[in-house]
Amino acid sequence: MSTVVYVPGDAGALSLGAGEVAQAISAEARERGADIALVRNGSRGVYWLEPLVEVETEAGRMAYGPVSAADVPGLFGADFLHGGVHPLAHGVTDSIPWLHGQQRLTFERVGVVDPTSLADYVKHGGYRGLTRALSMSAADIVQAVTASGLRGRGGAAFPTGIKWKTVLDQRTAQKYITCNADEGDSGTFADRMLMEGDPLSLIEGMTIAGIAVGATQGYIYLRVEYPHALRTLQSALAAATQGRYLGSDVAGSGKRFDLEVRVGAGAYICGEETSMLESLEGKRGEIRVRPPLPAIKGLFGQPTIVNNVITLASVPWILDHGADAYANFGTGKSRGTLPIQLAGNIRRGGLIERAFGLTLRELLYDYGGGSATGRPIRTVQVGGPLGAYIPASQFDTAVDYEALSGIGALLGHGGIVVFDDSVDMAHMARYAMEFCAIESCGKCTPCRIGSTRGVEVIERIIQGIDAERNVQLLEELCDTMVQGSLCGLGGMAPFPVQSALKYFREDFRARAK
Amino acid sequence: MQTLVPETDIVKRIVAERRGRPGPLLEILHAIQGELGYIPGGAVPLVAQGLNLSRAEVHGVVTFYHYFRRSRPGTHTVQICRAESCQSMGAEALAEHARTRLGIDFHETTANGRFSLEPIYCLGNCACSPAIMIDGQLHGRVTPERFDALIAAGEKAK
Repeated sequence: MSTVVYVPGDAGALSLGAGEVAQAISAEARERGADIALVRNGSRGVYWLEPLVEVETEAGRMAYGPVSAADVPGLFGADFLHGGVHPLAHGVTDSIPWLHGQQRLTFERVGVVDPTSLADYVKHGGYRGLTRALSMSAADIVQAVTASGLRGRGGAAFPTGIKWKTVLDQRTAQKYITCNADEGDSGTFADRMLMEGDPLSLIEGMTIAGIAVGATQGYIYLRVEYPHALRTLQSALAAATQGRYLGSDVAGSGKRFDLEVRVGAGAYICGEETSMLESLEGKRGEIRVRPPLPAIKGLFGQPTIVNNVITLASVPWILDHGADAYANFGTGKSRGTLPIQLAGNIRRGGLIERAFGLTLRELLYDYGGGSATGRPIRTVQVGGPLGAYIPASQFDTAVDYEALSGIGALLGHGGIVVFDDSVDMAHMARYAMEFCAIESCGKCTPCRIGSTRGVEVIERIIQGIDAERNVQLLEELCDTMVQGSLCGLGGMAPFPVQSALKYFREDFRARAK
Repeated sequence: MQTLVPETDIVKRIVAERRGRPGPLLEILHAIQGELGYIPGGAVPLVAQGLNLSRAEVHGVVTFYHYFRRSRPGTHTVQICRAESCQSMGAEALAEHARTRLGIDFHETTANGRFSLEPIYCLGNCACSPAIMIDGQLHGRVTPERFDALIAAGEKAK
């Protein structure tokens, strides 16, 4: 029997040479006459060990990493196909300490299965949630999602079940399920990993949503920056359709659900739900004024669920294991688990799925091992480009919705970007305004004009022109944007600026050219 | 101007194939750029006519999205991530290095038509910053030396 060797086909692993490693392993196996079956799995999220090669042995899956193509002959020499000893060996993958303590529910199959194999998916518990859902009434499915405490993982943290209930209650012939896969926040890659590593769980989650609220058509709005995820999703959609889990007779239930991917075109604002709907309709991604809510008047004017990838991909687990099982994880109003993404200047970056409640300090030092550069960590930005910069004095804050909002920060999509002490916070504040200016949809004045004026004011401060008055002006400008913008882009882009001013005022001074 | 005729045919075919789909404009623009490398100015009235939209509406969509380009790209498109995570690992210096190495600024194409340089705001490779993408291939933890090697490979390749 051939030995199964796993080399991730995940974009992040490929960016570190996993493609070359896979080629080298195939070539070396051929040369040595070794009988191997190569599987291109997703990433386990242990990016500091990517490319992470795994071998199926009697003792379990053994991990080797980070492997380069040049290491491959040595690995064969050390008989890694039987778990042989080698300097890059980490023993059984699941017992790598960084992975061992994690509580992977949504990510239970990511990095484990062959992402586009329906058989592998079903073997690892896939489609049990849908089977359960098909035996329940629509109201009971929605009630289960509500009872699980699941909140929108895209950033807005709105209770998912309540959104579903609103769509369920609409009496229209056509409803839509849309997945917001426009993961544009710097520091986040959980959606990408899931779509590349276990796309069928997203497909199953959307199918359950369709069955629950009576929608027959779904769209995944995927950002164009994710070509690898697009390929994996398309293969998975084909597999699900062929297996009759999509189409006119979902799993033999007589119910219809069709699903397709639509690709964005490089506009950050399309991660805002109404802007995404405009874009799905083929228009400029300008935000809509709410009300009406998308749940009442969404895509093409019909009731529409808009949920993030992780939110939807968590639904199969909840239906399979029960709402209580999910709600038993977490703390306060932050129920379940959170896939945290540790990014930027960090020694051991990657994806950590745990119940809510870990502190920033535990994440940065116990998991992350401090900065990549070895210098002190000065600040982290949580929740993407609209999130506040948090100073080291607040690293004991728990990473959950309430604790972070308690210190004026936000959790967003769960990304943490780490900066060492070489960071220039006036520069980062300027960048926050510049980013908003580049990505503003232009519909409202505070965002469109305010962000450009913000860049100019910060530049004057940095140049030492009337600094005190300009800092005051910047603070007033931030207030105007927060109060007066139509959506979260202009309304939150000042958060990083305000936090930089509050905690790192010493950086806002004239500097030598 | 010789290429104009086949380009027109391509655009017309793409519009005809997709005009019946729900909300087809973005898909049509993607298909045009996928085949031609950019959205030629001459495509706008054809698309508008095919979808019963005004030229202004189509122009408005083309120019709203950063991904759609209105000029022919170089043989290789180099995208450098400028977002926070990559900045924390030296993306600004890498971008400066790229500008110098290629002798062009962002949104420009080298005189020999080989490379276009574009900024991008997050490639979702934030645990392996700084990241760049060349012709759809993602590269992580890119140093100036690695950048030069990738560019040298692009100079040799067709």
